Amino acid sequence: MKKSVAIRDAYGDALVQLGKNNRKVVVLDADVSHATRTNKFAQEFPDRFFNFGVAEQNMMGVAAGLAIEGWIPFVNTFSFLACLRAGDQLRTSIAYPKLNVKIAAHHGGLSNFSDGVTHQSIFDLALVRSIPNMTVIVVADAYETKKAVQAIAEWKGPVFLRLSKAEVPLIFDEDHEFIIGKGNLLKEGTDITIVCTGVMVSRSMEAAERLEKQGINSRVIEIHTLKPIDKDIILNAAKETKAIVTVEEHSIYGGLGGAVAELLSREHPVPLEIVGIQDTFAESARSYDELLDKYALGISDIVEAVNRAVQRKNHFN
Amino acid sequence: MSTHSLQLINQLQKRAKEFRKKIIEMIYIAQSGHPGGSLSAIDIITVLYFHHMRIDPSNPLWEDRDRFILSKGHSVPALYVVLAELGYFPEKELYSLRNINSILQGHPDMRKTPGVEMSTGSLGHGLSVGVGIAISGKLKKKDFYVYVLLGDGELDEGSVWEAAISANKYSLDNLIAICDFNKVQLDGPVDEIMPLNPLRQKWEAFGWNTIEIDGHNILEIANALDFAKEKRKGPTIIIAHTIKGKGVSYMEGKFQWHGGAPNQKQYELALKELEGEK
Repeated sequence: MKKSVAIRDAYGDALVQLGKNNRKVVVLDADVSHATRTNKFAQEFPDRFFNFGVAEQNMMGVAAGLAIEGWIPFVNTFSFLACLRAGDQLRTSIAYPKLNVKIAAHHGGLSNFSDGVTHQSIFDLALVRSIPNMTVIVVADAYETKKAVQAIAEWKGPVFLRLSKAEVPLIFDEDHEFIIGKGNLLKEGTDITIVCTGVMVSRSMEAAERLEKQGINSRVIEIHTLKPIDKDIILNAAKETKAIVTVEEHSIYGGLGGAVAELLSREHPVPLEIVGIQDTFAESARSYDELLDKYALGISDIVEAVNRAVQRKNHFN
Repeated sequence: MSTHSLQLINQLQKRAKEFRKKIIEMIYIAQSGHPGGSLSAIDIITVLYFHHMRIDPSNPLWEDRDRFILSKGHSVPALYVVLAELGYFPEKELYSLRNINSILQGHPDMRKTPGVEMSTGSLGHGLSVGVGIAISGKLKKKDFYVYVLLGDGELDEGSVWEAAISANKYSLDNLIAICDFNKVQLDGPVDEIMPLNPLRQKWEAFGWNTIEIDGHNILEIANALDFAKEKRKGPTIIIAHTIKGKGVSYMEGKFQWHGGAPNQKQYELALKELEGEK
């Protein structure tokens, strides 16, 4: 098993590093700075840190004002609050005027496994992906988090960065090249392609290993930028492997699976299976892995989806 | 204690009168818009832009300019007539209001209309944005002021009060809010739909300096704005008592004229009345 590092810890450190290099970066939080790890930035740069209390709508609007004046605000709250409670501010005050606000959406997916449904975000990607002008990014490990923080600070325009509370096995290393809008080929393969994002990348890699033993040679592509999505890497995979399975810690509606389905149906239809949370709320659990397994995000769920897709592909041919 | 000359007051009154006519004309031509709140706010906006604020229309993004955010974005015809008069865009654009391809959207759009500082329209957003700009002013040690015009119905939005407590936390003496307290919201009288009183005490409890004025009295508006800028701690709100639809008799105090365009007969009557207004 690879070493695991908490994505939020990597985020907190990356933000401090960014603060040193870029004096335009300001950080806003809504009384969750210990959970989001922005407390490290607050300690280093108290003049550029603002805590707005439990008031996400106001924080989002303030960020818009700061962005108008040339600052690069990183807004921090839990993902469901960023896109639901403050969703109108996100749309009207940030996305519509295309302001340079970076929304750090914490505890994405089921990663807040113990607090339960109220604190889990399994619909966030569908919501923000449908808002014009938004760039949507989901990180897979600690190294990618570091790179993503740097990249979105340099990117002009609003970005929704989905983070995780979870400790996630390391996929990448120091040399990981992170380019917004570009997918990463993690494993070559010819029978099928697994397109995955976020914390499900490591589970997808494990599934791919199991599939090799079954004699299925799967390609694995990581998509960190859901919007704008890397069309080329997905379309090439569709053409070359003729079947695709998407894997995400999100509802089966409107996330990565939705994005890939929209692309394939338009440009190159092939059998597609979407692995994600079925149309249901989850619950509290004492272990993250247990929760992922129960809500259709187990390694076996990926393996089964691949088998279904391969069958459909063979039926076609 | 006024230092404003009678001549100035007369001149601003004259401008506001002309603006009222143009507002009605624009909404009549577009056959949609919000006359009630535009007419209640126009005296305030006129004093801000033609007397009080530090601006340079030839340099809309001048770093040291005062900033104005129309948080009650539906009253934007009142802002458009003023911006056109100042030359931010050609006057003829006024009559393209709400037309397809127009630079004048139904609600303010900072990317389409020169001089518009912030895109607004969904209520309860503008004060937060004002807080952000005011914080930036402090960070950059600039001496500009941020003015935010709020509606009374808008104050029902909880986010306004979130912004209010944060402005107090950061002691934003460079932030001046003005409430266009016209007593009528979309569905009916404020006192019926969602009573706000005691409004002044609410803001005081939130740590704001407050002043109440007649929002159609040019001298009182000018004095209140000066009051807000006198060295004091924290943000200030001017509660401006106004009349919805002010200047057009059949619109005054009527929630039915929150949104809606006059027909030809109503249009002609409105112009006649506004022409006669002193």
